[in-house]
Amino acid sequence: MLTREDVEKVAGLARLKLTEEEISEMADKLCQVISYVTVLDEVDVSNVEPMAHVADVANIFREDAVRESLPREAALDNAPKSDGKYFLVPQILENA
Amino acid sequence: MSISELTTAELQSGLQAGTFSAVELTQSYLDAISRREESVGAFLTVCGESALSQAAAVDARRQSGEQLGTLAGIPVALKDNICTAGTKTTCASRMLENFVPPYDAHIVTRLKAADAVLVGKTNLDEYAMGSSTENSALGKTRNPWDLQRTPGGSSGGSAASVAARLTPLSVGSDTGGSIRQPASFCGVVGMKPTYGRVSRYGLVAFASSLDQIGPFATDVTGAASLLEVLAGHDERDSTSVNRPVPEYSRSVEQPLEGLRVGVVQEHFAEGIDEEVASSIRAAIEVYRSLGAEIVDVALPHSKYGVAVYYLIASSEASSNLARYDGVHYGHRASEFENMVDMYAASRAEGFGDEVKRRIMLGVYALSEGYSDQYYLKALKVRRLIRNDFDAAFKNVDVIAGPTCPTPAFKIGELVDDPLQMYLADVYTISANLAGIPGISVPAGFSPAGLPIGLQLLAAPFEEEKLLRAARMFERETDFHTKVPQF
Repeated sequence: MLTREDVEKVAGLARLKLTEEEISEMADKLCQVISYVTVLDEVDVSNVEPMAHVADVANIFREDAVRESLPREAALDNAPKSDGKYFLVPQILENA
Repeated sequence: MSISELTTAELQSGLQAGTFSAVELTQSYLDAISRREESVGAFLTVCGESALSQAAAVDARRQSGEQLGTLAGIPVALKDNICTAGTKTTCASRMLENFVPPYDAHIVTRLKAADAVLVGKTNLDEYAMGSSTENSALGKTRNPWDLQRTPGGSSGGSAASVAARLTPLSVGSDTGGSIRQPASFCGVVGMKPTYGRVSRYGLVAFASSLDQIGPFATDVTGAASLLEVLAGHDERDSTSVNRPVPEYSRSVEQPLEGLRVGVVQEHFAEGIDEEVASSIRAAIEVYRSLGAEIVDVALPHSKYGVAVYYLIASSEASSNLARYDGVHYGHRASEFENMVDMYAASRAEGFGDEVKRRIMLGVYALSEGYSDQYYLKALKVRRLIRNDFDAAFKNVDVIAGPTCPTPAFKIGELVDDPLQMYLADVYTISANLAGIPGISVPAGFSPAGLPIGLQLLAAPFEEEKLLRAARMFERETDFHTKVPQF
């Protein structure tokens, strides 16, 4: 079953900063769900192809043609931080 | 009778005959909103001014003899996970509380082309994850039939807005039952079309292989008219299918000859309320009395649907929601140590508990060492669920059963028990996994006066058959004509 360490590891992969309280609660609630889904163990799936989607379509291509796209201003409108040209993020490289 | 109690078809003929104008019609719904919305809380945004100006434009064009769209002057509300250019689209999340999309969803473009009047954006469980609308970070929606109860979810606001006659039509999205379950709880018609029937362009993604947009209405004919506008190919969603859209609103009145109705005995076993079971048995008798053949069908893998669904939907959600990083749009934390910490802090502040749980479950189910055991296994059982339906629809036209095991539950009743909440979707989930269409129609009331829904399912792209079968039942009953008093 899911330990605290497992939850912390998954939270790291999911990029979620959880509080101590959330980690305990998450371990508890996720364990319930994970123990419920073990019901699938009783199904024989040998020789069954996985079904990732039901759409009866394969790759769909379009012409690789230049066309109008979202104007820069509209794309940046919802940015938490922008200089009007780019999305601004905190410094990534140390000692840069 | 006030305007706001008329059916969509009656509203359309009233507008055409000049009995009332689109402005009068829209105003009467806006009046209903100002009287009743405070109790219901169906909306996150009401666009009163722009609705009236759209209505005025429809009236002016009608005056000048122009050809108008099929929903000309009819108010429609949209679930707030459907992008509307210039109008906030929040997904009921702190993450997108101030997000104003730069473009319209495909179905919004379609509705505008049909001259519908867009009245507002409705509440939902955050990112459509939930079955009661209680996971909304931005408001509480109450069931118009009993204000102490939930409207269901995740499209709870869209269902409640139609039930309370705040709008004649609304649009929702259904990933595991999020249209049909709230339709059942609120006593209205709600339909999930076949996967691929409606473009998902501009629908904020939750689980991309399951999400589908669909209509809510006070009656089957209204749902048919709205679906006719929503459906159709769109090159911006490559899973939307390029095949003609039937004129659902025309054919809906024609009863089906030699209808074969499938019944799954397991639907009436463990976990179902007796009051629900007896209403659904009575509904099946209505079909028998109309000359339909009632046939037992088996869906032996449907009992695994909830488990399969939570693995697949959460896995897809964990990937889809990775885009919320506090960089391009959405919430950014104000305090953080570095770039990665900014992502993690922004997401921790922006997402609510249930969204976090689903992301965590999805990341876990996809993580190294577990993905074969969980995700891949779920995909295989998904195929078995689909195979069951394919076999069943060789022998029947529709499958009839309860939409939900119980009527609407109380606000707060299941909020601390995610697993029990998930089981509210036990009858609806398989249709999403199999990609088939389903509809919920009002089929009774519990002794406490709460609506009960009949779910009908059909084979892929058999929406026309589904609507006609649903209308056959509706014509014989008056449950859909009842309006909640509060």
